[in-house]
Amino acid sequence: MHAFDYARPGSLAEALALAGNGRQVLFLAGGTDVIIQLREGRRSCDLLVDLKHIPELTRITELPDGGLEIGAAAPLAEVYEHPQVRSSFPALVDAAGIIGGIAIQSRATLGGNLCNASPAADASPALMALSATLRIAGPAGERQLPVADFFLGPGRNALQPGEILVAIRIPALPPRAGAFYHRFIPRNEMDIAVASSGVYLALDGDGRIADARVALGAVAPTPILVPAAREALVGREPGIEAFEAAGEAARAAALPIDDMRGSAAQRRHLSRVLTVRALENALRRIRGGQPAGGSHQS
Amino acid sequence: MKRTRVQARINGEDRDFLCEPRQSLLEVLREELGLTGSKEGCNNGNCGACSIIMNGRLVNACCVLGVEAEGADITTIEGIARGDRLHPLQQAFLEEAALQCGICTPGFIVSARALLDREPDADEHRIRFWLSGNLCRCTGYDKIIRAVQRAATRLQEAQA
Repeated sequence: MHAFDYARPGSLAEALALAGNGRQVLFLAGGTDVIIQLREGRRSCDLLVDLKHIPELTRITELPDGGLEIGAAAPLAEVYEHPQVRSSFPALVDAAGIIGGIAIQSRATLGGNLCNASPAADASPALMALSATLRIAGPAGERQLPVADFFLGPGRNALQPGEILVAIRIPALPPRAGAFYHRFIPRNEMDIAVASSGVYLALDGDGRIADARVALGAVAPTPILVPAAREALVGREPGIEAFEAAGEAARAAALPIDDMRGSAAQRRHLSRVLTVRALENALRRIRGGQPAGGSHQS
Repeated sequence: MKRTRVQARINGEDRDFLCEPRQSLLEVLREELGLTGSKEGCNNGNCGACSIIMNGRLVNACCVLGVEAEGADITTIEGIARGDRLHPLQQAFLEEAALQCGICTPGFIVSARALLDREPDADEHRIRFWLSGNLCRCTGYDKIIRAVQRAATRLQEAQA
C-alpha cells in the first residue's frame, strides 16, 4: 500500500476543512471497502480522513415523528441491534444483517455501503424501498437527497468534491405498512447478490394497496426503482395476482449483464421471483406475521 | 514516512507501538508486536484467519488500520488461553480433531469465542451463520462446528 497521512477529526467542521485543503482526500468509515481498495491499488489518496469520531456520523437518533436518523459511519451491527430499527424497520435488518459476515458487520457502515456505490450493495434497495433521504454536508452547507438519486453508475455516487455523507434519514412507516429485502446468492452466506429486491407496501383502511415501492439490486449499472411495479400494485387487493404483475414489471425493468455471478437471463428471472416473494413477505409483516425464509439477525 | 504512536490494551496489557497509517492492524500485531497467532490469509476480509476481538466486537485485523486501534481493547488468539490452561474452545478443537493445517484455527477460535461470549446457548444454525466469515480449506466444517458445540456445553456446565 502506498503511503498516506491519517486524520481523525472530532467534528464535522474539522472534517470538511480537511476535505477542502487541496490534497487528495479519501474518507474512512468502516474501511472494509476503502482499506482493501487502497491496498490493491484501485484507489489512492494523500490523506485518509477517519469519520468514526464525529458524533453526527456515528449516532442513531430516533426522530420525533417516529423516523430514524442513522449516522453514516455507524457500524452495521449497531444498526441491526438497535431496538427501534428491529421493531420499526425490519427491512433494514434484512439488509444490514447479510452484508459480509459478522466481522465485516462490526466495522462496515450504511454510509460506506452507499458511497461505494456497488450495483449489488444490499443496503441500497432496502433504503430505496424505505424512501430514505441522505443528509450531505459540504463547503456550501447541507443538502438532502433521496437515496434513489444517489447512484450514478458502478462505483460512482452523487457526492461533490469535499462533500461528506453525514446520515441516512428513514421516515416513519404509516399504519398498515411493511417492507422486506432479500437477495439471491449461490452460497448460504457471505456472498454478493446475483440479484436482489427491496419492497415497501402500504394498505388503506379497506385493505387495498395504497402505496408501494419496488427496488432492485445487481440488475442494472445502479440499483433501480421500478415505477411500473408501483403502478401494477396501487389500488389492487394485496395478493398473488397483483404481486405477479409487479414481478413482471420488475423483470421488464431489469437491465442486467452476464458476469461471473450469473447470466442476464437468470437475473431477469430473479427480478420477478424475488419481487413476488418480497411482496408476500412485506404483506406478512403488515399482518403481524414472520416472513418466510426469515432474516438471519432476527 | 512519519510513524504515529498508538496506545492500546492488547490481551490485558497496555501496549504502545509506532506505525505508519498505511499499516493494517494485522501487520502491526504480527510484525511490530510479535503476535503471530493471527494469520494473513486473503488480506481482504473474506477468510477470517486474522479474526480478533476489538472493543467487544469480532473484526478482521486486515480490514483495520493500526492507527485505528488507538485506545482500543483487543483480544487476539494469544489472549484466549489462561497461562498454560487451554480455553475450553481450544481443548474441544483438539478433542474433535477440528484442525489439520491450522492456518484457519486461530481465527475460528477467536470468532467462536466472540460468539459464545455474547450467545452462550447458540445453536448449530447460529454457529454456522456466525462462522461463515471464517474459511477452512482442509478440515471441513462439521468437526469445527462440533468442537464449538462441545465447548459451549462445557462452558454452560461450568456456569451452572
